[in-house]
Amino acid sequence: MSSQRESKADHIRHIMETEGDAVGTNTRGFNEGRYESVAKLEDYEGLKDEARAIKEDAIERLPELIDQVTETIEDNGGTVYIAEDEADANEYIAEVCAQKDAERLVKSKSMTSEEIEVNEHLESRGVDVVETDLGEWVLQLAEEVPSHIVAPAIHKSRAEIAKLFNAYFEPADELETAEELTMFAREKLGELIQDADVGMTGANFITADSGTLALVTSEGNARKTVTVPETQIAVAGVEKIVPSVEDLQPFIELIGRSGTGQDITSYISLLTPPLDSPTIDFDDPETPIGGEDDREFHLVLIDNGRLAMREDEELKETLYCIRCSACSNTCANFQSVGGHAFGGETYSGGIATGWETGVHGLDVAAEFNDLCTGCSRCVEACPVKIDIPWINTVVRDRINTEKEPKMEFLVDGLTPDTETSGPDLQKRLFGNFEMLAQMGSAFAPVSNWVAQAGPVKQLLERAAGVTDQRDLPAFQRTTLVDWFENRDRIPPIDPDRKVVLYPDLYTNYMDVERGKAAVRALEALDVEVLVPPTSGAGRAPLSQGMIDTARTKAERVSDQLGPYVEEGYDVVVIEPSDLAMFRADYDRLLPDEKFEPLADNSYEILEYVYGLVANGADVSQLQVANGTETVAYHSHCQQRTMGLEEYSIEVLDRCGYDVTTSDVECCGMAGSFGYKEQYYELSMDVGGKLEEQLSAADCDHVIASGTSCTDQIDDLTGEDPLHVIELLAPPEY
Amino acid sequence: MSHQIEDTYDQFATEAARYGVEVTTVSSGEVSDAIAERIEPPAVGIELPWEEATLPESVETAPTPADIEAAATGVTAASLAIADYGSIALRSDLEGSEPVSLFNDLHIAVLHREDIVPDMEAAFEWFGDELRTSRDSAIIATGPSATADMGALVQGAHGPKRVEVLVLS
Repeated sequence: MSSQRESKADHIRHIMETEGDAVGTNTRGFNEGRYESVAKLEDYEGLKDEARAIKEDAIERLPELIDQVTETIEDNGGTVYIAEDEADANEYIAEVCAQKDAERLVKSKSMTSEEIEVNEHLESRGVDVVETDLGEWVLQLAEEVPSHIVAPAIHKSRAEIAKLFNAYFEPADELETAEELTMFAREKLGELIQDADVGMTGANFITADSGTLALVTSEGNARKTVTVPETQIAVAGVEKIVPSVEDLQPFIELIGRSGTGQDITSYISLLTPPLDSPTIDFDDPETPIGGEDDREFHLVLIDNGRLAMREDEELKETLYCIRCSACSNTCANFQSVGGHAFGGETYSGGIATGWETGVHGLDVAAEFNDLCTGCSRCVEACPVKIDIPWINTVVRDRINTEKEPKMEFLVDGLTPDTETSGPDLQKRLFGNFEMLAQMGSAFAPVSNWVAQAGPVKQLLERAAGVTDQRDLPAFQRTTLVDWFENRDRIPPIDPDRKVVLYPDLYTNYMDVERGKAAVRALEALDVEVLVPPTSGAGRAPLSQGMIDTARTKAERVSDQLGPYVEEGYDVVVIEPSDLAMFRADYDRLLPDEKFEPLADNSYEILEYVYGLVANGADVSQLQVANGTETVAYHSHCQQRTMGLEEYSIEVLDRCGYDVTTSDVECCGMAGSFGYKEQYYELSMDVGGKLEEQLSAADCDHVIASGTSCTDQIDDLTGEDPLHVIELLAPPEY
Repeated sequence: MSHQIEDTYDQFATEAARYGVEVTTVSSGEVSDAIAERIEPPAVGIELPWEEATLPESVETAPTPADIEAAATGVTAASLAIADYGSIALRSDLEGSEPVSLFNDLHIAVLHREDIVPDMEAAFEWFGDELRTSRDSAIIATGPSATADMGALVQGAHGPKRVEVLVLS
């Protein structure tokens, strides 16, 4: 293993061992809560569209809104400072504290304040900084950094926190329960807040029309932080501004549900500073409170790369992020490792790639960007519909481009990509999977023996980081296209529909049986089927951040399938990750006139079968259940994001099978991810949950929809699962 | 009372109950006794903005910082309630409603029945006009203060552990 890959694998292993359990339990809890909570909304999709539209508009008009909010807040009697970067912001904040002779500043939770590392800066200037959010306080005592953008101490168990408090404070009676720990913290922090000179908060949103800061909290510490001291400083990224108070509504309804799965958090503070509320001077305990106070308010609006992100067409969407953490909680990899592996200097989870690239630079994003496998489960979870996998792909492409191209004679021959510069060998190997598949098939079975042979596996591992823990996919000498061309069969004379079955790389070169099954099933339902030779969809290069190569593939596919679509053929796809290319990713790679016809006329195989059956096709032509047959079904991640899981379940049901489904977000294999040696153990850890569920279901059949899922289930359980269509297709002619 | 108002009230009470908040209807004349029955002493409070709705003697209405720190109960008015979330809106004022509602174990909020709106959209229409005009601040509070940061859900992190709402008919 290369030393770099080895140290990455070691780091991930260490995090999984020490933090994985706590992170897994908490993020899965949040994720389940999200599903339950958003289901209660009458119009969840409509609310997301509304939120998205507000953010699009606000970022479009950002310079104007910054001026407006500045004017509004200054009219209210506050001060607004626009800080260019971290140093600028910290200097200003330190100056405010110095003018107030502040000895202590109390803070409520703010990721933006973590971004500028204001605590360290103020402490260097002699100000005592106290985090009052309980999770942040735990981390401050433990000298650790957040592992999650909403629940910063998510990686710590109750027992660990108890141990920390008992060692740090040596209380007379040892603290043990969550209740004891919370009450202890409340009392300690309450005392520290009483003497504070300055209160610092972040802001989830800022309204330009009234100068109101919306803070989404649950503990009440933000309220105390704002109410007690005379001086308040709020730090917020410039992207937090929305035009009006009314614009807050969809966000308030979405943010808690999307993040921790709460319909709403305990407190939504709508603060229009300077606050019309008396300060509480605990040094003067006997004078009744009340009346006008001399409150001071400073809003520090932080640019720190954001205005440049706004000008960057691909990174701009990141600015719509409301930091809810849905993309972290729903991410299978994040559930295993948390933000200490899947995160940069400040931010963590899928969207962190955008934030870290924009705020701290590409090098920081490069450290963890590979952990996004593009499974796309975060896309539907995001309340502002950010295409987070795309941001990760773009950043991966940029990381590749920054590297010096390496001249590698042998590899260049095997990797005919259109990349102008240097993705590393591991990425190029997987990105050029089409070439490998073609050669592997042409030389099968010899190529398979060679690939599985010890020396070759060792070479692959050493040179390209392909784990030797997994069997490599076996290529078939007779591809699906070859089989189809050479078979002896008269097409239906008066077919109900005409279909081009897309021979995706996996089906065509490796899993030919599922392709044959799809042909049999479609023909049994009176469909004319063609399987023309077609280019790979470009999923493999796209997943490695090789966008130019993916675009070349997309153009080829469009040129090859376009004429069929024009003639009224439907395109049916077996591999869900390729259908997701046609339906979503090609929108980024092709002009509309090429993207739309293909997207509109492409169907997942079971989605198509469902359509046929729903329109009167005879389901008994398929392989219906024999008595009570049970199946455990794992739907592919991208298939679920496209909303297509239901069709498979429905067809299975109509064919008489009793279906149990898994609810893990992704199998963990994710194309090449699980084959990369530095991620193999993480991939198996993610898969572990799926294995648990499948074995608990204890069914007659285990079936799945994606190539990766079947390979992963095979490696996890040793049983080679069928694709849904293989179970349902009539037997061979 | 129209059916619509009654439905909105019921929904508010049902949703608030999910967070352990007890909602009780009282007349203006009864509110003083109702509060007196519920408070855990010592109690601090801010005078209610409705005629005839008065606070009992046992509530200190000109609290000092020491009173606030010692108080077990805080009594304030709520300006608005949001039925489908079981939330109440607590408006900050120069009398000190914000700290009085915050530094205690039990918060008793008094609300007028006509101020219950059906949903968040209606609430934000109200906030929009109010905040733009008055430049005031408010808290949308739903249930007691809570945290899960110590490994399990605990009520009463920094704010009240329990909330009760009295609705004036």
